[in-house]
Amino acid sequence: MATLDNRLACKPADFKSDVNPIWCPGCGDYHVLLSFTRAFAQLGLPPERIAVISGIGCSSRIPAYTNCYGFHGVHGRSLALAAGLKVTRPDLTVVVASGDGDGYSIGGNHFLHACRRNIDMTYVVMDNRIYGMTKGQPSPTTEPEFDTALSPGGTGVSPFHPLVIALASGANFVARCFSGEINETTTTLVEAIRHPGFSFVEILSPCVTFRPDEREWKSLVHPAPVAATSDPAKAARRIMTDDGFNIGILYRGNRKPYQPPVGPASVDICDLEKDFEL
Amino acid sequence: MGDSQSISVAFVGSGGAGALTTGNFLLEAASLAGWHGLLTRTVGAQIRGGEAASLVRLARHPVECLPDRFDILIGIDWLNAQRFGAEIEVGPDSLVISDPKGGEPPPVVAAAGARVVEVPLKDMAKAIPEGRPNMIALGIAARLLGLDAAAVSTLIEKRLADKGATAVEASRKGIEAGYKVAEGIAFGRALGSPAASAARRWLVSGNEAAALGAIRGGIRFAAAYPITPATEVLEWLAPNLARMGGVLLQAEDELAAINMIIGASFGGTPSLTATSGPGLSLMIEALGLATAAEIPIVIVDVMRAGPSTGIPTKSEQGDLNIAVYGCHGDAPHLVVAPQSVGDCLFTTQWATYLAETLQAPAIVLSDQFVGQARSAIERPADVAFIGQRAKLTEMATEVATAYKRYATAGGTVSPMAIPGTRGGQYTADGLTHTERGTPTSGAGDHTKQLDKRRDKLAAFNYGDHWATIEGDGDLTVLTWGSLTGTAREAIARARADGIACTLFAPRLLAPVQPEKFAAALAGKTRVLVVEQSHGAQFYRYLRAHYDLPKDARVLSRPGPLPIRPSEIHDAITQWRP
Amino acid sequence: MSSTTEPKIGNLADLLAVAWQIEADAAERYDMLAGQMEQHNNPELVAAFRDLSRAEGIHRDEIKRLAGDIDVVAHAREVATWTKGESPEAVDLAGAHYMMTPWHALRLALAGEQRALAYFKAVVESTRDPAIKKMAEEFVEEEAEHVNLVHRLLRKHKAPPDSWSDDLDPPVSLE
Repeated sequence: MATLDNRLACKPADFKSDVNPIWCPGCGDYHVLLSFTRAFAQLGLPPERIAVISGIGCSSRIPAYTNCYGFHGVHGRSLALAAGLKVTRPDLTVVVASGDGDGYSIGGNHFLHACRRNIDMTYVVMDNRIYGMTKGQPSPTTEPEFDTALSPGGTGVSPFHPLVIALASGANFVARCFSGEINETTTTLVEAIRHPGFSFVEILSPCVTFRPDEREWKSLVHPAPVAATSDPAKAARRIMTDDGFNIGILYRGNRKPYQPPVGPASVDICDLEKDFEL
Repeated sequence: MGDSQSISVAFVGSGGAGALTTGNFLLEAASLAGWHGLLTRTVGAQIRGGEAASLVRLARHPVECLPDRFDILIGIDWLNAQRFGAEIEVGPDSLVISDPKGGEPPPVVAAAGARVVEVPLKDMAKAIPEGRPNMIALGIAARLLGLDAAAVSTLIEKRLADKGATAVEASRKGIEAGYKVAEGIAFGRALGSPAASAARRWLVSGNEAAALGAIRGGIRFAAAYPITPATEVLEWLAPNLARMGGVLLQAEDELAAINMIIGASFGGTPSLTATSGPGLSLMIEALGLATAAEIPIVIVDVMRAGPSTGIPTKSEQGDLNIAVYGCHGDAPHLVVAPQSVGDCLFTTQWATYLAETLQAPAIVLSDQFVGQARSAIERPADVAFIGQRAKLTEMATEVATAYKRYATAGGTVSPMAIPGTRGGQYTADGLTHTERGTPTSGAGDHTKQLDKRRDKLAAFNYGDHWATIEGDGDLTVLTWGSLTGTAREAIARARADGIACTLFAPRLLAPVQPEKFAAALAGKTRVLVVEQSHGAQFYRYLRAHYDLPKDARVLSRPGPLPIRPSEIHDAITQWRP
Repeated sequence: MSSTTEPKIGNLADLLAVAWQIEADAAERYDMLAGQMEQHNNPELVAAFRDLSRAEGIHRDEIKRLAGDIDVVAHAREVATWTKGESPEAVDLAGAHYMMTPWHALRLALAGEQRALAYFKAVVESTRDPAIKKMAEEFVEEEAEHVNLVHRLLRKHKAPPDSWSDDLDPPVSLE
């Protein structure tokens, strides 16, 4: 818990910008925004020390709704933006926001390598199992029987398991949250951000417009039956047999974060020429 | 057609013969002795053991292109050497050293009427314990050029020290044997002693020079995805950036590489990546993002023959279109092109300075020829172009006016808030935005920001570096990039023939410079556009943006063969006013 | 959705601070919803939520007056925290809809007041401190009044027909 001094410094409202979200009222992302601002306040960091990086999609709109530095980049590449930023500015706290389309489809390759690289940052994917921004196409986490305009009768293709992929690729912290549990999500986010290395938090965040069936998520989610493990094999087994609604921190790893030294030059620039001198 | 001003040597060999290394040693030995030189290489399709040739041209004056013909062609062996037939032209005045046990010289040798001298390189090498034919070849070439034997040996000892004493001794003996046999070979030309000069000199490739230029300009972060022929830029940067306190990160693909440098630049660190045509194609979307969000980045594109996978090991000037026009929408940005190996340093440094000053992406259009050529050059002067980004100073949060990252009042470049700066928080965005950075679909905002991004580049004074303009002849040879040196040589020959020409080679390709261009062509009636592209991309670009004299001719062809000085010279002399 | 066991009440200051925070959170949540409704062109609900926010603001300020010398604002930062669930009167954002009607808003408000009522009842039941019990009973009465107020307001509105959320226009794709 942040100290009194820290909490005097910033309230959640200090992390909210004055821009009104375009999200449909009822969208889970409003809850996520609350969790973000509460988590930032609890961490005791000033807004200018936090960078929220995103791609394209409804969830990716979140940076402009915070009062932190933000980058609303191109589709699927937020993790690359964040990697360049964090290794050159290790002093910043970097949070990456994405959705199941941006993060798992076009962003899939970067997802693997971000977990593998284990740079210290937190990756939050707001999973609503649909492409919301572009009006309702299936995503890599959509159920195979879910009917959409682009896939009449359902895709017939099974979703994949992002938490397993994260674990297999080397993520150092894996958790699942439900947007409706704002304070529980806040607590998890605080820990994820504090945890060194690449922290991956999937937040189930219902889309009120294209997945009205997701209203029942609040009855389906339940706390994970066992506490988090630091044993990847155990975690893998649990996550593989997960029902998709286990809420909580599922894995806490001990990998050393990747951070090359950044700092003053150890040589004079003229020394570099010695390679070429005749 | 000999050129008494320079002597050129080609070594050809295969299957581990060491043809490339031999050329390197010759260049280095000659450079140490004070000559200028240029070395390129040409290879077969194999990863190892393939046929290969190194092409060296030496002179008392700076060398910026390959000759029309090679004076000396030494076949360490001739296996599959016909592949290089068109590239390594010889003539009746050329000397060809051929090992009778090395196969037949390619048909072009006989067709050219070159003088063939047989030397049993393999047998001679066998006579030396661990002897190698390429060292004998090196000795022959060094002797013919008039290089000091002891100096050559000293160099080889240094370079082969890690291979052990036997290898060093074998090489020395091989060079000695080569010298001895060369004494009996008549060769009517000599370089003469090198021009005495106190200037500091380097032996460097264009890719290495570009990398150093980047660091001099302020680059402290690079993201790397390897691609031929750009990888050496990144390889040189990897340890040297670290020594300067910077970082190189290997990316999973070019899409990641460019986004990484945008992220690092957003955080305040001047950043660069290097790639070739296929990689640049992948990077185009994010190039637009950097343009729209006004984030400086530098992309070095070491062009190779295209389209698609093309010929990765060969040069061409075919990425001009994508460099200037590649983005969807209107996304003006900087495009510059170095004109020689040494100019790779200046141009990359300048590109970094421009990118940082104008908060825009800069593409450096280098090419395989200049990127992978090694050249002995005078140490490039230190220039004062170091990236200086306009940054927001800290603002108290109580300040009434919210920070406008993309303010348009007051002209061109608006200060950028670096993350960590209190009061400067904004969200960078590829979406069209207001002055504050908030996404908008408003016509006024859209036009304002488009105007801003165009005008900041157009209004800037690029100074004299924007182009090389030499001479004052009416016939103007208009070219760019690595062809500048070739054109220069052709023009010098034409001058000797009594024809005065102007050399006009823009270094700044985008944004266009209408006034300066018009001034350069004022009064000229004839222009010869020279470029290495199948679709005459440069010529069409000039036609689109500039007025050319009515009498305009184009010498344009694709790679893989370099355009020779004689081709340009012929085009000049055959063009009567 | 909301706990009846947290936050824990140790003394009167705690109770006042938590009560203050509950109303402050409610006011803030209604303002948030008013902002959403403004962005999404539902002026009737902007008015409805602003009214609710104002009402909660009045309750909040009354508690501050009641607290007298006790700095409830500062103290609330210490004790008024929820880790499971939310502040009871912070109504569920998931219940919002861009075409919602005042009836929906009042249903949300009703649920909020009922949760607050349940909380203070639990405090009454669980505390052994007579002073706390007395004050908590006061709050129970207050909340009961709020519950009834909302019921009365609800009677002024009919439950909307099933087609209340029918929008003839399809969703718009922005990117």
